[in-house]
Amino acid sequence: MSLANFLVMRHELLLTAAALLVLMGEIFGDPLKKRSVNLLTVVLFSAVTIIGFLPSPPGSLFGGMYIATEMRLLMKNILNIGALLVIIQSVSWLSKDENSGKISEYYILLISTLIGMNFMISAGHFLMFYLGLELATIPAAALAAYDRYSNKSAEAGIKLILLSAFSSGILLYGLTMVYGTTGTLYFDEISDLLVNGNLQVLGFIFFFAGMAFKISIVPFHLWAADVYEGAPVNITSYLSVISKGAALFIFVIVLFSIFPVIIESWQKTIYVTAVLTMTIGNLFAIRQQNLKRFLAFSSISQAGYILLGIIGGNQLGMASVVYYLVVYIFSNLAAFGVVAAISNVKGKESIEEYNGLYQTNPGLSLVMLLALFSLAGIPPFAGFFGKFFLFTAAAQKGFYLLVLIALLNTIISLYYYLLVVKAMFINKSEAPIEKFRSDFPTRFALGICVAGIVITGFASIIFEVIKDMSYGI
Amino acid sequence: MNFNYTLWILAVPFLMFILLGLAGHKLKPGLSGLLGTGGLAVITVLSYITAYLYFFRTGATEGVYTKISAFNYTWLQLTDKLHIDIGVLLDPISVMMLVVITTVSLMVHIYSLGYMKGERGFERFFAFLSLFSFSMLGLVVATNIFQMYIFWELVGISSYILIGFYYEKPSAVRASKKAFIVTRFADLGFLIGILILSFNTRTFDFITLTDPAGPAITQTGGAAFLGLSVITWSMILVYMGGVGKSAMFPFHIWLPDAMEGPTPVSALIHAATMVVAGVYLVARMFPIYFFAAPAALEVVAYIGAFSSLFAAVIACTQTDIKRVLAYSTMSQIGYMMLALGVSGYGGHDGLGFMASMFHLSTHAMFKALLFLCAGAIIHAVHSNFMTDMGGLRRYLPVTHLTFLIACLTIAGIPPMSGFFSKDEILVAAFHHSWFLFGVEYAVAGLTAFYMFRLYFSIFWGNETHYHHTPHEAPATMTIPLIILAAGSAFAGFIPFSRLITSDGVPFETEIEWAVAIPSVLIGLAGIAVAFLMYSRRSGIPDRLAAKFKYAYKWSYNKFYIDEIYLFITRGIIFRYISQPVAWFDRHIVDGTMNSIAAVTQYISFRIRRFQSGQLQKYAFVFVSGAVLLIVLLVYLWNQ
Repeated sequence: MSLANFLVMRHELLLTAAALLVLMGEIFGDPLKKRSVNLLTVVLFSAVTIIGFLPSPPGSLFGGMYIATEMRLLMKNILNIGALLVIIQSVSWLSKDENSGKISEYYILLISTLIGMNFMISAGHFLMFYLGLELATIPAAALAAYDRYSNKSAEAGIKLILLSAFSSGILLYGLTMVYGTTGTLYFDEISDLLVNGNLQVLGFIFFFAGMAFKISIVPFHLWAADVYEGAPVNITSYLSVISKGAALFIFVIVLFSIFPVIIESWQKTIYVTAVLTMTIGNLFAIRQQNLKRFLAFSSISQAGYILLGIIGGNQLGMASVVYYLVVYIFSNLAAFGVVAAISNVKGKESIEEYNGLYQTNPGLSLVMLLALFSLAGIPPFAGFFGKFFLFTAAAQKGFYLLVLIALLNTIISLYYYLLVVKAMFINKSEAPIEKFRSDFPTRFALGICVAGIVITGFASIIFEVIKDMSYGI
Repeated sequence: MNFNYTLWILAVPFLMFILLGLAGHKLKPGLSGLLGTGGLAVITVLSYITAYLYFFRTGATEGVYTKISAFNYTWLQLTDKLHIDIGVLLDPISVMMLVVITTVSLMVHIYSLGYMKGERGFERFFAFLSLFSFSMLGLVVATNIFQMYIFWELVGISSYILIGFYYEKPSAVRASKKAFIVTRFADLGFLIGILILSFNTRTFDFITLTDPAGPAITQTGGAAFLGLSVITWSMILVYMGGVGKSAMFPFHIWLPDAMEGPTPVSALIHAATMVVAGVYLVARMFPIYFFAAPAALEVVAYIGAFSSLFAAVIACTQTDIKRVLAYSTMSQIGYMMLALGVSGYGGHDGLGFMASMFHLSTHAMFKALLFLCAGAIIHAVHSNFMTDMGGLRRYLPVTHLTFLIACLTIAGIPPMSGFFSKDEILVAAFHHSWFLFGVEYAVAGLTAFYMFRLYFSIFWGNETHYHHTPHEAPATMTIPLIILAAGSAFAGFIPFSRLITSDGVPFETEIEWAVAIPSVLIGLAGIAVAFLMYSRRSGIPDRLAAKFKYAYKWSYNKFYIDEIYLFITRGIIFRYISQPVAWFDRHIVDGTMNSIAAVTQYISFRIRRFQSGQLQKYAFVFVSGAVLLIVLLVYLWNQ
């Protein structure tokens, strides 16, 4: 393999190397100093993230099964940043005594899923895509069951693996129909051979259902709440942010490059499911008392908004989806980071227990405030611009009614985001969560998230760069 | 020449605001004060360097001062044509404003170190002073009208916060609300004006907008409404924002109340800098006013003239010294507006423009000085009312002398700077309209009268009994007084017409004695009358007040403008418009919204059963969803 080939698929190779090195560190390292694995992983992963940003020419490998373009590399880099933040946020949780025996497992599983996502994003062939999908899913189920002596965590793991298998089956069924009618699994060939036949539409719907499961689009979302609630906080944040982000990335690529012929079908599909996703996600989120479930449902409705960027099939749409996911990663990881910080130290996760938080922990409350405002789309935070571009993309193609429904939904979402803000800043509590100081990694990761929210909102250059790389149908 | 560093002039006060705002309560109060003042000293030096480089090194190409876009950042690229930029624009007036603002602001910072010592919220005060300085500087260096609007509102909010600095005092809270609401109402006009203007000219950018040969001025026109072109209407609306911020009639009512803020704030914001933003706005857009909207320029002139006369009359009867100064500010800004309104464009025709800017800078010095002196006096006597004062010259020698210099300056007595700048304004008015010229002559006499009325009542007259002997302020307060006094006395000798002109081309001016001598005589006459009436406690003022009872009462009550507003808002708008709307809102709109919310809650309660936790049900819903989509797409919607 020449250096050029290495550069083309450096993300996957480096991640694999990192996973193996962590494993070596576990095996040959000093058993008494298990926690140094944390440092090792953070250093290795930071290096991978930085190398990922080095410029390299686009190219394709394995006879077109693996494709690297500017846009796909950018998507991988975004995922890397998000995963790095999750890793840094996990350090303090992993350093607890009950986890000391299985620190490296966590990292190896997490990096494996990320390798799978990377392959998925770079796929030029449905087999490669499917391999990546499974690689991204199976270790994720193990991660969800990480807290193996907790019933809820084990339940989360088993639910995720069973339902994933189910959805994979349906997705594969859809792919067989596509293969049966076109005779190929290469993306570029399929797009030429599709003719909008009923069987192909049927195949598309099954494929869509499988992807919708990963993105947790209503009505394929039911697993999400249970899994998110059962899994440890950091893993929930990984699943609901990074995993979902990766699925959305690949979804955009596949829809834009394989299925332009049946655009009318998928626009209708997305229309229906986007309305359902935004509305039902919001309606469920209103009632949640547990912050993990709350954020999980809010992220379901966020996925609904993102569908608005996809539906038009235009360049602005792709740019707005990628940009929104950057914003979404920073904002959600900030919110999850605060929940994790409090849950790790105080074990409290319900909204009521956050009453009066501002009095005792103003720093964390302000980070949470910023994150929630960004998620709610209040200007001038990044989330506002993200939603603005998404809605513009849909409006540009004439989906005015859909935009109106989305706007109504943002109002509902504002209500429940503000409920949390109200709890922290206005509600009084007899016994608020006591003042505490998080350790360095947590604060560092939160600092990056805050900087990300602010900078992404104000530096228009970021959107410009993304837009230049984007393309429409 | 690279002026990139001018970005720091904005960045330093902003960073100071963040630092003092977030970490101020952890620092020692003295340290945070010094930090704020130090930051301002840095940008003052930078501003002076910029002024030196611009005026004497690189600003002029072939003797003409050009507009330099020192820095420009595209903030929001909404479409290819519609973008909002943030940047730094250097031209004679913005560089001049940099110098004026930083000088006065630095003096006020130093003064506040003494004046605010021991106050609660000392670091908060300095944090907001930094925020204000940042906003004001961002306003003057704006490269486009939208940036100006953003900073315009930022200035408004910092003014609001600082007026309400003593937020436990109900009167301060009321005053801050009043200032904010009145100026915000005026800003509505400004915003609409901006939108109409940029819709017609297709640009926000000042350089393009104000180029006399550019498309914005030459190619607009056409559409008309009520006999005035659309550009004229937009410029009148833009001016409405200036009327609000600069406290011109009829939006002046907030300024006297704004005196509830700490005195250094009054000096900085409500005398020297923020209130002249309206003047600056008109000066910034001057070519458009002159070429494309001459009718709007007439509006500027007449509102300015009326405000200056109106305020001067009120100032003669007020007894709260800060309110006298507030009305005097309004009157002087009226002068500046008038000067712009009567100005021509280019060369010597642009005398009014030059005079307005000249008066703006001298006024900033002497009015800041007057307020700071007032602060020192209030500090010593613990009262705002001149009836509680008298004979203070023996106790406050420095304040007395500097106050006297400021009074002579504002009265236009040579060789003080006020003489020169006011003289230029009068000359410009003289060439434009006899009527306006006459009004301004009268105002000149009134100004000298009410200022010396103030001076004699405070420092001469009969001593009242003080609870404890008044004493001179500390050095941190007196040094700024002395510096500003020196500025007021000597700033008149700056060759303004060679630096700041309407089109960047320098010209020469000389004093027109035919105008100057009568104006000095009128000033002296005003002083003499004040001397007769107030240098000793005589019965004359009371007898005059009794004789012209109604005129006196009207003036003392500020012509009941506040009451008229209250009647219009409470008696008419609230009762006949707001109350029915409120009823409709509470019962119909809220009712609809509440029922929507209730339905939302109900549905969200009912659908919770979907989330049963049972795997097989989840799979069932999954398949049902897929089947439903198939039914919809393959059978129902497949035409």
